[in-house]
Amino acid sequence: MSITVSHINKHFGAFTALDNISLEIPEGELVALLGPSGCGKTTLLRIIAGLEQADDGDVFLKGDKVTDQPVKNRHIGFVFQHYALFRHMTVFDNVAFGLRVKPRKERPSEAEIVKKVHALLELVQLDWLHDRFPDQLSGGQRQRIALARALAVEPSVLLLDEPFGALDASVRKDLRHWIRNLHHELNVTSIFVTHDQEEAMEVASQVVVLNHGRIEQQGSPSDIYDHPANAFVSRFIGQTNIFDLDEHDTDWLQTAGLLTPNQEGKIAHVRPHDIVIEKAKPENNSPATLKDWQHLGGLIRLELVKNDANGSAAPVIAEMPNDQFNQLKLNRGDKVDLRIRQAHWFH
Amino acid sequence: MPQSNIMPGFRPAIGLTLVYLAFIVLIPLSAMLLKSMQLNLDEYWAILTNHRVQASFRVSFVSALIAAAVAALFGFIIAWSLVRYTFPGKRLFDALIDLPFALPTAVAGIVLATIYEPQGWIGKLLIDNFGIQVAYKPLGIVVALIFIGLPFVVRTIEPVLQELDTAIEEAAASLGATRLQAFIKVILPNILPATITGFALAFARGVGEYGSVIFIAGNMPYISEIVPLLIITKLEQYEYAGATAIGMTMLILSFLLLLLINGLQWWVRHRTGQL
Repeated sequence: MSITVSHINKHFGAFTALDNISLEIPEGELVALLGPSGCGKTTLLRIIAGLEQADDGDVFLKGDKVTDQPVKNRHIGFVFQHYALFRHMTVFDNVAFGLRVKPRKERPSEAEIVKKVHALLELVQLDWLHDRFPDQLSGGQRQRIALARALAVEPSVLLLDEPFGALDASVRKDLRHWIRNLHHELNVTSIFVTHDQEEAMEVASQVVVLNHGRIEQQGSPSDIYDHPANAFVSRFIGQTNIFDLDEHDTDWLQTAGLLTPNQEGKIAHVRPHDIVIEKAKPENNSPATLKDWQHLGGLIRLELVKNDANGSAAPVIAEMPNDQFNQLKLNRGDKVDLRIRQAHWFH
Repeated sequence: MPQSNIMPGFRPAIGLTLVYLAFIVLIPLSAMLLKSMQLNLDEYWAILTNHRVQASFRVSFVSALIAAAVAALFGFIIAWSLVRYTFPGKRLFDALIDLPFALPTAVAGIVLATIYEPQGWIGKLLIDNFGIQVAYKPLGIVVALIFIGLPFVVRTIEPVLQELDTAIEEAAASLGATRLQAFIKVILPNILPATITGFALAFARGVGEYGSVIFIAGNMPYISEIVPLLIITKLEQYEYAGATAIGMTMLILSFLLLLLINGLQWWVRHRTGQL
């Protein structure tokens, strides 16, 4: 195990930020710590880095207990949300910093430093900016310099705090892709913190979902999406329709012919793409009306209103490919039949 | 000429600035220049080369420089403590820093003189234990000027230090820097321009300071007589031209020194990418 966290607790006054967290991360993984804001994900990352002290529990890096080691001895690379570049130094000096502050015995010669820094700047494709100051760079460039700076000391693990948080959407997309490739190239065990589930699913090889200071689920992105461990994970990852059989949805689901004998709980979560829409046949008592739709690139998102549903007025969201939708030739206000292909059941 | 400036009110703003500068700064200064021109060059030179005058220039500038340097050092430490640490009475302490701004300088001078005179609280302690006499010596001038200059330094450094992102220290530590390395290589360069500004303000204030100094300096000609006092002395003897000549020289010297400090400031900022 490259990173092991065992029984970590952390309180800020009366607030429990982390509640008995244990986590094992194998060598070479790119892990996303995912959760809503205030769930403790950044605190956990900072405790692994040594920037914050846990109330109790231990942190192991590559099998060594580092709980009482200060950050500078932990041999980690940390990338900050707002880059934390040294404004008074050029890009080159920023990247060289970690090498130049090494004790004299371990410090590489200036020629080696120059070579290494240029190699790193080439790796992040920004060598041409080496004599600029951070204030002269764009957000995406700064983040890549911050990454090069962290990599300069050849850290055993790389920790990134909301690395894409402060960037605009298109830059963020490029950088996500780029980070994934970089990770394939370097294979440094990395953890990044994010509140964006799409980002976590796209970039990470493992996702750890946190909520209220607890780990809700850990697994590969497809694991988490296809087999959510609980209602929170199901709701948080991707979009989902929630049908509560204890409330008013039972009647409606019955009318819709959706209640199956093999229901495994009281609450059904249904992904939008697991709802199949058909044009209503005149003899049926159609359960839903098409209210509106939106184009999402290759997919159409349909907003359906439950007919004769008393109580909850939350619309049902369904998704289907563009061409399929065009074949149906639906208009706003048309009655539709629907079928649920698959549901996740929770109690 | 087409008006392409996006900021409105250029004319009234610049007009007001010029009128203000003229009435408050330029006209009084030119009056001084005109008055000093009543002297011919030989007379002017005779006044300036007078030993007593030269000694007073030395006392004024040297003590102001030393005091500004000390105030810069301690002001930095005080600003650091106020921004970075929490301690009981911090707000009270913070308010005390500004006191020298508000206190009549003469009061400050009298209080300092009373405390630091050989029989005073601190003065007795110093003279008994270390044989150092503060009041009525050039050292007294330095003490008074530190008192006056300190708030300038603290108040210029404080906001810059507050704005400094603590994440850069964490970044330095995560890259393996010791606390000392982080301080010297990361924090200090960011605070240096503000410290130089604080030093310049304290120095400028110190060179012109009169009220607090005359009570503690002892005002011995050639030893602890400052330039402003010499000007007053001349005025009392109705040597108006002489007084303005000294004043003019002081103005030029101060201006040159401030220009030098500004140049240094520019150089530091330029080197550290802040320009």
